[in-house]
Amino acid sequence: MSDTAIRPRIEQAGLADRLTAALPILLVPMLALLGFAAIGDATTWLTLTVAGLAMGLMIFVMASGLTVVFGLMDVINFGHGAFVSVGAFVGFTALAWMGGWTASPSVVLNLAAVFLAICAAALVTGAMGYAFERVIVMPVYGHHLKQILVTMGGLIVTQQLIHVIWGPDAIHLARPETLRGSVIVAGAAIEKYRIMAVGIGLALFLAMRYVLRSTRIGLLVRAGVENGEMVEALGYRIKRLFLMVFIAGSALAGLGGVMWGLYQETITAHMGSEILVLVFIVVIIGGLGSVEGCFIGALLVGLLSNYTAFLAPKIALVSTIGLMVVILMWRPQGLFPVVKAK
Amino acid sequence: MPEAILTLDGVHTHIGPYHILHGVDLSVPEGGVAMLLGRNGAGKTTTLRTIMGLWKASRGAVRFRGKDITSLDTPAISRKGIAFVPEDMGIFTDLTVAENMTLAATRGAPDKRRLDWICDLFPPIRTFWESSAGTLSGGQKQMLSVARAIIEPRDLILIDEPTKGLAPAIIKSMTGALKQLKETETTIVLVEQNFAMARALGDTVAVMDDGRIIHAGDMAALAADAALQERLMGLSLEAHQ
Ligand SMILES: Nc1ncnc2c1ncn2[C@@H]1O[C@H](COP(=O)(O)OP(=O)(O)OP(=O)(O)O)[C@@H](O)[C@H]1O
Ligand SMILES: [Mg+2]
Repeated sequence: MSDTAIRPRIEQAGLADRLTAALPILLVPMLALLGFAAIGDATTWLTLTVAGLAMGLMIFVMASGLTVVFGLMDVINFGHGAFVSVGAFVGFTALAWMGGWTASPSVVLNLAAVFLAICAAALVTGAMGYAFERVIVMPVYGHHLKQILVTMGGLIVTQQLIHVIWGPDAIHLARPETLRGSVIVAGAAIEKYRIMAVGIGLALFLAMRYVLRSTRIGLLVRAGVENGEMVEALGYRIKRLFLMVFIAGSALAGLGGVMWGLYQETITAHMGSEILVLVFIVVIIGGLGSVEGCFIGALLVGLLSNYTAFLAPKIALVSTIGLMVVILMWRPQGLFPVVKAK
Repeated sequence: MPEAILTLDGVHTHIGPYHILHGVDLSVPEGGVAMLLGRNGAGKTTTLRTIMGLWKASRGAVRFRGKDITSLDTPAISRKGIAFVPEDMGIFTDLTVAENMTLAATRGAPDKRRLDWICDLFPPIRTFWESSAGTLSGGQKQMLSVARAIIEPRDLILIDEPTKGLAPAIIKSMTGALKQLKETETTIVLVEQNFAMARALGDTVAVMDDGRIIHAGDMAALAADAALQERLMGLSLEAHQ
């Protein structure tokens, strides 16, 4: 019996198959082209597209942890928004401490300040994620309703704690000196901060992709999303893996929170729960548990929000929900359905 | 009779509200192949999953080399040197064949010589090394599942119906591979419906029905006794192939 005889069949994945596989990725340029057709003006389109990509990438950073947390342990975490808010406030405090650096006209000092603020936020929210997982999530593994209630509770408590520490009012979060204003690219005014957000978001996506594809931990996470029981039968503790993912996801949410705060230039205790709507839409569009799907979904949502905000501001939020509905009608499991053993 | 490597003592298992195993007593001698037979729904898979700790025994004890492992969790049981080839094969289809294999090697990079030996046992592992495991055929997935279980030497391997749904030619090569595996130190517990394979490989045999062991003895004795087969399984195993 020669098994090798079967090989050619596998390599002949038809063009049609490959196109269907690539279709979700093609949706992003397709949406951009559609936006171009609807907007008509190249410079406006460019401004909106960069804004959309920046927004999408920030949402991706905030959402990526949530999707893996769900994929790995079926945990629904409504408290994820808490990390976004806390991250933003910690970032605010850190930037305030480095007032000399942020006010300086030096690009290097400004970027260093943002970098350190992001690190501080990620550290604090990562630690908070550890506590959140051990205290709030661990007791309710496997019970969805309890997870929703208990993580919502965690969210509310955290928001109140923010009020206690930073006060109840919205806070203005100023961008460092050299990140203010715009640059003119091909006649279009593009905010400098958005370019930086795109850069950070892309770098994080690539880093995450590398970890998931090329490191043992990443492979275990992907294997665990598909079949946690088998990962355990191979001798690995899935709960320990989950805790690590939860901490990383929380740190990313906090990091995303600083970026989002600097983007909006205003932070409130509720900013996390507000953005969570978009985060959930992105996670569902992408396919629960899929980081790639989350990435594509986030870009789609970011672009669509910005296009509709310009074309028909009244339907901006509705449009993203509409997008989710359409995509789920086409692919009920999301763009990149995650294979589940059971 | 060699010493038992694995014993089950009056093991009861509940799955949710269902009482599935009703006091399973089983003794697996060290070395060789212990067959676990029984009609569909007899509780064979549940028994293997209980040994692995994937279901918790509600009563009774599972002992491995004399040590009680009943209350250990699955990773700890696995790290005692027990490998599991589940009924659904448990392949990570999103990963490549190579990645499936390396994850199974928990003590570091897989040993080159052993890997070569495995690839000789199951040639498709070599052929499709870099391919996504999801693109493998059913038989190739089954081979990968067994290969993964033996990437490092294990004391005990639990294999659940490795020929389920496979073509006769592949069953033959699987039987050949398991025969070679049998030559190593490893003890194998094999659940199998295919009697030709059971007879070719089994040293001892236990027959289950309704969550209990209803017969235990030598495979050769059962293979020679058509009347006993008839009584145990309601059909002659000879007719079952
Ligand atoms: N997850 C489950 N929930 C409820 N009942 C179950 C579950 N898994 C198995 N059972 C029941 O337990 C009994 C034994 O099942 P088990 O899978 O162990 O049998 P088996 O001997 O492996 O059968 P087969 O030869 O068909 O694989 C069956 O009656 C089955 O319906
Ligand atoms: Mg079974």
